[in-house]
Amino acid sequence: MILDYETLKLIWWALIGVLLIGFALTDGFDMGVGILLPIIGKTDEERRIMLNTVGPHWEGNQVWLVTAGGALFAAWPLVYAMAFSGFYLAMMITLFALFLRPVGFDYRSKLTNTSWRSGWDWGLFIGSAIPPVIFGVAFGNLLLGVPFHFDEFMRPTYTGTFFQLLNPFALLAGIISLTMITMHGAVWIQMRTLDGLEGRARSVAKLAAVALVILFAIAGFWLNIGIDGFIIEHMPSANSAFTPDHKIVSQQAGAWLINYQLYPWMIIAPIAGFIGAISVYFCAEADRSGFAFIGSSLSLTGIVLTAGFSLFPFIMPSTTDLNSSLTVWDATSSLLTLKIMFWVAVVFVPIIIVYSTWTYRKMWRRIDTHFIRSNQHTTY
Amino acid sequence: MISESLVDISRLQFAITAMYHFLFVPLTLGLSWMLVIMESVYVMTGKQIYKDMTKFWGKLFGINFALGVTTGLTMEFQFGTNWAYYSHYVGDVFGAPLAIEGLMAFMLESTFVGMFFLGWDRLSKQQHLLATFLVAIGSNMSALWILIANAWMQNPVGAEFNYETMRMEMTNFAEVILNPVAQVKFIHTVAAGYVTGAMFVLSISAYYLLKGRDIGFARRSFAIAAGFGFASICSVILLGDESGYEVGDVQQTKLAAIEAEWNTEQPPAAFTLFGLPNDETMETDYAIKIPYLMGLIATRSFDTPVMGIKDIITENEERVRNGIVAYGLLQQLRAGQKDEAIIDEFELVKHDLGYGLLLKKYTQDVVNASEAHIKMAARDTVPAVAPLFWSFRIMVASGFIMFVIFTLAFYHCAKRQEYKQRWLLRAALMALPLPWIAAETGWFVAEFGRQPWSISGILPTHLSTSSLSADTVFNSLTAIIVFYTVLLIIEMYLMIRFTRLGPSSLHTGQYHFENKHN
Repeated sequence: MILDYETLKLIWWALIGVLLIGFALTDGFDMGVGILLPIIGKTDEERRIMLNTVGPHWEGNQVWLVTAGGALFAAWPLVYAMAFSGFYLAMMITLFALFLRPVGFDYRSKLTNTSWRSGWDWGLFIGSAIPPVIFGVAFGNLLLGVPFHFDEFMRPTYTGTFFQLLNPFALLAGIISLTMITMHGAVWIQMRTLDGLEGRARSVAKLAAVALVILFAIAGFWLNIGIDGFIIEHMPSANSAFTPDHKIVSQQAGAWLINYQLYPWMIIAPIAGFIGAISVYFCAEADRSGFAFIGSSLSLTGIVLTAGFSLFPFIMPSTTDLNSSLTVWDATSSLLTLKIMFWVAVVFVPIIIVYSTWTYRKMWRRIDTHFIRSNQHTTY
Repeated sequence: MISESLVDISRLQFAITAMYHFLFVPLTLGLSWMLVIMESVYVMTGKQIYKDMTKFWGKLFGINFALGVTTGLTMEFQFGTNWAYYSHYVGDVFGAPLAIEGLMAFMLESTFVGMFFLGWDRLSKQQHLLATFLVAIGSNMSALWILIANAWMQNPVGAEFNYETMRMEMTNFAEVILNPVAQVKFIHTVAAGYVTGAMFVLSISAYYLLKGRDIGFARRSFAIAAGFGFASICSVILLGDESGYEVGDVQQTKLAAIEAEWNTEQPPAAFTLFGLPNDETMETDYAIKIPYLMGLIATRSFDTPVMGIKDIITENEERVRNGIVAYGLLQQLRAGQKDEAIIDEFELVKHDLGYGLLLKKYTQDVVNASEAHIKMAARDTVPAVAPLFWSFRIMVASGFIMFVIFTLAFYHCAKRQEYKQRWLLRAALMALPLPWIAAETGWFVAEFGRQPWSISGILPTHLSTSSLSADTVFNSLTAIIVFYTVLLIIEMYLMIRFTRLGPSSLHTGQYHFENKHN
């Protein structure tokens, strides 16, 4: 296999995508469960049923986020540096929200006190609802462009404010993200529980699916007419190493749709986003919850890919110094690092998928009231 | 220029979050193996009590593990949020082990920790033991990759500066992995973790024995802890990471500071057991010295000299001057003057570029830095001596006290009379904080001793920060402290509650409080 620098840069764009989608699909449903915990879980027992559907898995799922973060650091150090320091307050809020999850899951059912438990339920709700909203808002801002630049020694500086990030389009992206995660959690609960919860989860899944189709369509329309995309006018060879300031970038209306003309197959992503959500509606309605979960996974994958495809080759465009924009060509690590990390990923991602699947198979069952009552002291 | 307060507050935030994280990590490292031992005995003998031991100590493991995971997230975010220039400058090398840690180790540990807690009824005995084993292996491999990353900060091998991309780039991955500092650190750190796990079980078991309850359960736990702890404390002491101070200039500087060796002494150097190091006068008052010992500890020989602080500073002054040249050439290269001559000249001096960057603390115009600034930069290359001198001695003292306790515990266990030795049980209970004191002071020595560098000899700490205002970081630090304090209180509350309850918390009907009430 010929792994030249240009190919590896493309592969790493795909691999970061794989890790982010892995995060959305796995941590997505347990965050969805966390969001729905105080909404459809009426009694302590019902909430325990919901928690125990993800009990053995949430911990591993969360590592997809940790790994995506690590991979970002290793493969796109400039993006890691700029995004985390630029979106400082947003990142801190995400972090504090995420704090509530491990302790919430592990500590909640250790004591029987009612206010202790309902306190942690709300903690889990916050810890599960805030990160998807912020990640959505972040993606929305990437599509709009972000104010930052580098000095001659490549020190990154973000010149915007936190509240600038909360603009209408980015908020729409945040709501889309929240809706899809809620939908994903709802179909998971429908698939894994009994005793009435699955019925309430069905209603939520259907509602979220409809909302998602509408919101995703609005965002697409908005992106089409209201947002100027970015294009690279000129840059050094993609096969060479260079800093972002060595290319020339311009901003143009409709530029985010160019990829769908250049590479028509990319249209499959938004289509998957719609079809997946629509199939969630009908499969949930027909109580084919396994298919609904597949539909939901398809929809999430399609939506994340739509954002990635529209931006490509940009990762983080700059509105104040266009040439400083970070792209897959100039935000990456060296050839050697990309190569090593590629082989590490090729070996370990399949291994992870194999052993994770084994744990799901072992723990697979519908959780009901009887299960919780007979395992009072060992379950969440 | 980057404000001093931003640098200080960012450092404080890193120190607090890292040391807080390391309250939980060593216990995970050690306790996970003790769970493997207990469960192995259960699988081999089929005795229910060993299953109960695995479950009960596993419960405490879980309470600790949750905060380890939580506080680990902060570490992952923090490089990007607070140390953006660092992330850019060394991400090409430093990011790789962190990403590998996620893919190879942390994922394994976290996936199977769920099986450990909730898979008892769904897995066969052997499968469950395998899950426990994978948690232990995962957490230990996780430590390996993190320490490879950390060792690269102490001794940056296998990488070179690339002026085209303005950063350090990996040139040899094998060198990064096989960094001698990483190997020594790994052994020392995980063994310290095993000591922590052992001391935790030893102390709490001693508490039950003193209270005279759940004797069979406590004696078995005490015995496993004594054996495991004795083996571990021996490796920590014998394989102490002093030997890692032989390699790399900054590691040697750290050693001189730990020993308060102001002047280079004729080999074999004496070890300063006690004294009051004075950073102003560069002398140690009231020093009590043991002849030959220092030469032995530091160089494992009688004839290799250990360089003194004053000589190190003189030597580094030359490197700062060299660094000024490198900096000037780099400026020309960045401005686009890429003649062969400039590139060749830069390649010759670029290993001292970091020393030139030290001047940025004092002046933007590095090329025309004044003599006074050069002297100050050279003086900065040696960290404050007194804090290192003291923390190191606290760490070593804690280690030796634990050695004595584990040795006695092991001896009395072998004679099957440990439960009668109330003084030993009391000592074991009192010793509970020692592994944490040793671990925290040990980390302080390693990281404070690395100053003024974030990457030894390459990147000064004060350049590594993000472009943020000190207020922003101050606010996040305040929020973190509040959050962490609340979490710690909750954790300690649960820990103490379940420790007091003991194995009765398993509700098997076999233990102390259950018998009383039933």
